Amino acid sequence: MAHEAAAADSQYNYDIIKRFAVMALVWGILGMFAGTYIAAELAFPFLNFDTPQITFGRLRPVHTTLVIFGFGGSALFATSYYVVQRTCQTPLSSNMLAGFTFWGWQASVLLGVLGYVNGYTQGREYAEFVWPIDLLITVTWVAYFYVYVTTLMRRSQPHIYVANWFYMSFILATAILHIVNNLAVPVSMFSLQSYSAFAGVQDAMTQWWYGHNAVGFFLTAAFLGMMYYFVPKQAGRPVYSYRLSIVHFWALAFLYMWVGAHHLHWTALPDWTSSLAATFSILLLMPSWGGMINGIMTLSGAWDKLRTDPIMLFLITSLAFYGMSTFEGPMMSLKSVNALSHYTDWTIGHVHSGALGWVAMISFGSFYHMIPRLWDTRLWSKKLVYTHFWLATIGIVLYITAMWISGIGQGLMLRAFDDYGNLAYTFIESVSFMHVPLVTRMLGGIFFVAGILIMAFNVFMTVRTAKREQAEIEAKIAAKMAKAGA
Amino acid sequence: MPTWLQWMTSMEYSKPIALLIFFFTFIGILVYVFTGKKRKERLESYKYIPFADDDVSDTEDEQGKSS
Repeated sequence: MAHEAAAADSQYNYDIIKRFAVMALVWGILGMFAGTYIAAELAFPFLNFDTPQITFGRLRPVHTTLVIFGFGGSALFATSYYVVQRTCQTPLSSNMLAGFTFWGWQASVLLGVLGYVNGYTQGREYAEFVWPIDLLITVTWVAYFYVYVTTLMRRSQPHIYVANWFYMSFILATAILHIVNNLAVPVSMFSLQSYSAFAGVQDAMTQWWYGHNAVGFFLTAAFLGMMYYFVPKQAGRPVYSYRLSIVHFWALAFLYMWVGAHHLHWTALPDWTSSLAATFSILLLMPSWGGMINGIMTLSGAWDKLRTDPIMLFLITSLAFYGMSTFEGPMMSLKSVNALSHYTDWTIGHVHSGALGWVAMISFGSFYHMIPRLWDTRLWSKKLVYTHFWLATIGIVLYITAMWISGIGQGLMLRAFDDYGNLAYTFIESVSFMHVPLVTRMLGGIFFVAGILIMAFNVFMTVRTAKREQAEIEAKIAAKMAKAGA
Repeated sequence: MPTWLQWMTSMEYSKPIALLIFFFTFIGILVYVFTGKKRKERLESYKYIPFADDDVSDTEDEQGKSS
């Protein structure tokens, strides 16, 4: 049995997964540090040090690009290559192309952030890459699509496991979104600047169709693929309902594409478009919660695992945050709520309850499961996993509550009128009110960064121990062979 | 072109038509997934796929070496 498993493992391409996993942690640390630094800048503006390269405007896209595409993207490449090989029981179809996706993706992220600090940006949120990098991403993505589909076609299983459906929808949707939203005409052949193919409200509409579907397919569907593989594996029991996972998939796929316009309530967008987006946003609650319940109920009958398994804690807590943020999102998409929440810190808090609570936590849990298996060893320290979990959870709670207080307070102050119809507060009064929540948010960020640093140390020690064990085994075998030869 | 086809191909009506197509497709998926005893058994059997290539480390208790 062990020999069979070892033989099966050796046929998979784990090298590419290891590289993506390591880079996910590297980008994660850098991106989360950048986020915490700009959080500190908002609370203590002197931290700009009058240096353009580290001002909020330039470091903010550095933060979002590093955490979404650097950390999240690399984590998705790593886990999708792991899941597709293990559920199809076949190696990747092309190691060369898989290697190309690694270098293409890492180069895109690196070039992107170097451009931002030097002021080169397309000015589209979460799509700031200038046009040559957009082209590089497109080529990389086509290679990714090819590797994934051809690996699926070579599967030993007759059925494609549902986690792969989610990963495929992520790859396909991201391709469509990236290409359409980045349609642009370069100013000249040798200029990094370009003009968008769209204008006015259509441009805004395209941008937020991209923006929200990036949340829907990059940051949700793909990580649900992660969830549908790693939660059952870590729990040691199959997913609660496979049929529910099918309905979950199709409902998400049908509904997500319609909701982007809820980012543009009370703007020049036609009112019916806003209403349509809000309606579909409310409908999205059902598949989101269906998926969350499916994931959490996988532990039905084995809840005691939460007492003894910190990896399970990461995975189940991430689902709880997924449920919370997918309730908060539809609520914020209602026009009346949005009138208060939009342009305030409440939105930032909502994004981070999803990004930290769901995306980062499910990635951490999946990595803690996957990394020891990649290096054929065990985690160096379980206690450090617990420490990481609590640091991350406390960090998220501090972050979200601070942003609720800051955002709702800010919204109420900016909308308050006196008896004569004048604004009741000046802008600077709202800024002054936000200071304490902004400091608290920075502390939340520090907790979260401390957590990922501990994880990186634990992973480093795990890999080092694995290599040492492997070297010892090889030395023993060599000694035995030499003895047998003599 | 018949009038009803002209009506369907008009940009003005394309969105509600798309909505109806998606809606009824989704209802079809729901009916397909939740009906038929044999189909239920077949679909639910797929949830064991992640365990089809279990290795030894998957079944061992995760104990940190220095914990």
